[in-house]
Amino acid sequence: MVTGTVGAVLQVLLIAVGSPLLVGVMRQVRARLEGRAGAGIAQPWRDLRKLLRKQAISPHGTGWVFRLAPLLLAGTALVAAAVVPLVTTASPLDGVADLFAVTALLALGSVALALGALDTGTAFGGMGASREMTVLALVEPTILVSVFALSIRVGSTSLGSIVTATARDPLSVISPVSALAAVALAIVTIAETGRIPVDNPSTHLELTMIHEAMVLEYAGPDLALIEWASAMRLSVLLGLLASLFFPLGIAGADAGVLGLAAAVIAIVVKVALLGVLLAAGEVFMAKLRLFRVPELLAGSFLLALLAVAASFFLA
Amino acid sequence: MWRKIVRTGRVAEPAPERPDGEVPEQAAELAGSVQIRHVDAGSCNGCEVEIASAFGPVYDAERYGARLVASPRHADALMVTGPVTRNMEMALRRTHDAVSEPRLVIALGDCARDCGVFAGAYGVAGAVRDVVDVDVEVPGCPPRPEAIVAALRGLTGR
Amino acid sequence: MNLVGTLYVTALAGCAVAALAALTAPARARLPLTGWCTAVAGAVGAAAGVAALSGGVSAGVSAGVSPGGPAGGSGPSWSAWLPDLLPLAGVRLAIDPLGGVFVAVTGLVTVCAAIYGIGYCAHGLDGRLFQAVLPLFVAALLLVPAAASVSTFLLTWELMAVTSLLLVLAEHRRRAEVGRAGLWYAVMTHLGLVAILAGLVAFAAGAAGESFAELRAAELPPGAATVVFLATAAGFASKAGIVPLHVWLPRAHPEAPSHVSALMSAAMVNLGAYGIIRVGLDLLGGGPAWWWLLVLAAGALSALYGILQAAVTSDLKRLLGYSTTENLGLVLVGVGAAGFFAVSDLPVPAALALAAALLHVVNHAAFKTVLFLSAGSVLHATGTRDLDALGGLRTRLPYTTAVFAVGALCASALPPGNAFVSEWLLLQSLIHALPGAGVAGAVTMPLAVGVIALSAGLAVATFVKAFGVGFLARPRSAEAEAARESPPPMLAAMTFAAVGCVVLALAPTLVVPALGRAVGVVFPGRDVVSGELTLRLAGVSGMISPLLIAAALVIAVVAVLGLVRLTAARRARRAARLWDCGAGPMSARMEYTATSFAEPLQRVFDDVLAPESDVDVTPMKESAYLVERVRFQARVPDRIEHRLYDPLIAAAAAVGNRARALATGSVHRYLGYGFWALTGALLVLVALW
Repeated sequence: MVTGTVGAVLQVLLIAVGSPLLVGVMRQVRARLEGRAGAGIAQPWRDLRKLLRKQAISPHGTGWVFRLAPLLLAGTALVAAAVVPLVTTASPLDGVADLFAVTALLALGSVALALGALDTGTAFGGMGASREMTVLALVEPTILVSVFALSIRVGSTSLGSIVTATARDPLSVISPVSALAAVALAIVTIAETGRIPVDNPSTHLELTMIHEAMVLEYAGPDLALIEWASAMRLSVLLGLLASLFFPLGIAGADAGVLGLAAAVIAIVVKVALLGVLLAAGEVFMAKLRLFRVPELLAGSFLLALLAVAASFFLA
Repeated sequence: MWRKIVRTGRVAEPAPERPDGEVPEQAAELAGSVQIRHVDAGSCNGCEVEIASAFGPVYDAERYGARLVASPRHADALMVTGPVTRNMEMALRRTHDAVSEPRLVIALGDCARDCGVFAGAYGVAGAVRDVVDVDVEVPGCPPRPEAIVAALRGLTGR
Repeated sequence: MNLVGTLYVTALAGCAVAALAALTAPARARLPLTGWCTAVAGAVGAAAGVAALSGGVSAGVSAGVSPGGPAGGSGPSWSAWLPDLLPLAGVRLAIDPLGGVFVAVTGLVTVCAAIYGIGYCAHGLDGRLFQAVLPLFVAALLLVPAAASVSTFLLTWELMAVTSLLLVLAEHRRRAEVGRAGLWYAVMTHLGLVAILAGLVAFAAGAAGESFAELRAAELPPGAATVVFLATAAGFASKAGIVPLHVWLPRAHPEAPSHVSALMSAAMVNLGAYGIIRVGLDLLGGGPAWWWLLVLAAGALSALYGILQAAVTSDLKRLLGYSTTENLGLVLVGVGAAGFFAVSDLPVPAALALAAALLHVVNHAAFKTVLFLSAGSVLHATGTRDLDALGGLRTRLPYTTAVFAVGALCASALPPGNAFVSEWLLLQSLIHALPGAGVAGAVTMPLAVGVIALSAGLAVATFVKAFGVGFLARPRSAEAEAARESPPPMLAAMTFAAVGCVVLALAPTLVVPALGRAVGVVFPGRDVVSGELTLRLAGVSGMISPLLIAAALVIAVVAVLGLVRLTAARRARRAARLWDCGAGPMSARMEYTATSFAEPLQRVFDDVLAPESDVDVTPMKESAYLVERVRFQARVPDRIEHRLYDPLIAAAAAVGNRARALATGSVHRYLGYGFWALTGALLVLVALW
């Protein structure tokens, strides 16, 4: 119990502090592959520090929805960070929320941001919200069916038990079920976090934006919260992928101080590695046209269905 | 593509000495991170080409913590090019108003500083400083990317 | 009479008193008197339902002569046999925990709708007839789940259909569409009645009698059982708004007065699901697996089709109507899964799926009441249901906006909403059934999970649209600009319903164990869930705690707020113009409307929805190259209605036209028809016998 609590606190801190660094690492990787020098991995933290010092702006006609949205977005990301097994599988919150609840919580954050964007009444805000909701609706089936595929083996959707089962038998990952589910979940992660090829986080062209179009009206601390929350969501989802399919080193219920320390190092390395891979992959790809995105997501849904079929027929 | 990346390697030039010029006091609060919204108030697009190359791989202004953004709400500094035409006068004021404090204005190029060759033309409302308060001026027609980068480094302090 | 019976009879009497009050009271006192009487009747009815749920074991006392007497255990909490009330058959009533769920839901929805009606009906709906029919409708809704014989059931069912039809038609003088909607509703509901009647009469013919106890004991041959099941299921599905029998629903719900829509959508359509559970699972006692796979498939189809139509429509109440189709579809997914698992010998997931279906019935009733009542408040304030013409209601109708936000959050199946809990339970039952469900299950269950997930995702988009476009941003019409908040009775009723939603969302542990007792009527055995703070599934692993999730969320938000306050520089927040790219000002015409919000989804699901668009270019007189006017029109018709019903209606109309020659108006000919028909019938009888 103590280990679990300490682990949960540790992973929340880790995500809160480390996620902007992850974004920094990814930007640095991209910059180096493009032949640039790069701004350094601490640049996102510098940006956040500066944004916190700036003045917040409430555009005319906006109200409590606009103000509440960044808080809710960051809040859901923090709760997700506490629940998902990153450092420890024995989080005291494990029984409170399972994999479904985590994905629904992250969706709640997106919904809050979309409503904040709609509250401005600008065309770009509406456009971003509409697109974000479309992608969210199409991503949902893939997530749930992949969860289904992963939970059959364990007989539970509890994240702790799925990860524990895989940690106990790491070789079980090398199966068609896991491979298919992993690919499906990876595509979904890319779509959820607004990375290339679904969305381009560094675009300046409003017409191609999804996530960025929703935050065009936010300034100062509000914007800082949104950027921070986006970074946390990215790290939580990458961490979830790492834990589900490669839970090496994760601390169980009976781990000591050393076990926790090892788990922290392991998750940092794994998430950083995934981030580097994602960033490197983005260099080789162009953003898809918006109406080609559903095809990509339909493909990922098919993979997830195949994963379930495999889990039944190969078992 | 991978081979191309490996063969090209790093194209960014080594960072030159940090220029020591006058730094606006507001810039100190930004501490190493300046987001810039570019406003073309009537430029001939010569300055835009130079901005693009300043943020390109060779000069890589981003390494000093400067970044171009899409919305003035996200920006700390406006980078204004060209003489302010009558059609853009109100737009420039509004854009300036949309930036949250602390905010800076960079007048980029000779036209932005004193209307350049367009001074006195019937469609020109004036230089940038006639419309909004200017903090940094970068001379040149168009200014060299080195000069742009140097001005930006003055703001980011890196 | 025991507690349940006393309460239940009091509730029915309350409805009668309310109807009488509506007919006799002077015009000024009519609304409050009828409204409060109905509300009290609803509250007492809800208490009866709850009592039936909590005291499932207490043996009932029957009024009059009781044949046999109620059985112990899962028997009814209260039953009555009134042989003199109706000729030939008599009236037989019984409330068991399963019926109790629906009685309780109806009662609670009635409380909200009746109080709401006091404010809502003040302009034009305060006539005698309308006010008197509403309590009768409530009485019918309370009677259907308590009916315990075929004749009683059919009678109360028809009473419910007729009274609801009268209520739907309340505003037929104001809008022509009301009449058309009423016609669709009348035809569909009576076709449904015919199907149910045929099925139940066939059932009773094969059994020793017509009481449900005798039907339960009957052993029907498989063929007959299938006919009974299919006929009744079709009838009940049409009441539940299940695709492809849903066509009346998106017409009748928008055109009815809003509190009637709430009663219909939150209480009446549930009885369709009740009918399938009662007849299919309870009276017929299961059946072959394909029955239930059929129910599951119909439910899945409705869930997807309903929410897809809801996502692209821009009429607020029509959207809610289609969302009803979606939610009842999800309920039927649960019911179908329960039946299928029961046949496949998986008792634990079966009970779980049925509990999920019942929980979803309760949750849907709660949030749909909230949504319809607040949509009514919007309609009351602006006179329009068109989301494209709304907007900016946040500042003008702050209470309605807050209440609608609660309802929308609950309806979109996100935590901390109540639909999230029931869908979670449903998903758990599907997941835990897979290992033992055979090949059919292995194919069906993942698809069902996909359907539930997609419908949940689309529901999120739908309700973000309804709330974000309808209530936020700026008003897009003069009506929305001039909107004023509704009178206190309406606000009170809406708030009460919203509180119900919140309670269900945060403390499902209060409700689910009671629902477990209702499940016990069909699948006797054990509890479904346990736990006070955490919902813990019994028999399989799986738990969740909506209360703690909500608490964690609140803590996290407060922590973030504190962190920002602590670290951010103390610069005062500033108001500024919207960022309009320096031009502007931005007009409300530049906002995203409901239509534009749904456009990407409409494009993605182009093949299913088949939207129609029409560009009409009028050239100038002088030259074909100069354009005077371009008219663009886009609409998304209900494709099933278009493809399935239009040809049927056209065929019926053609037959009618053809038959016109037969009816010339000559009495002699009509007498001749009668003669030949009689002779023909006699000849047939002679030949066959």
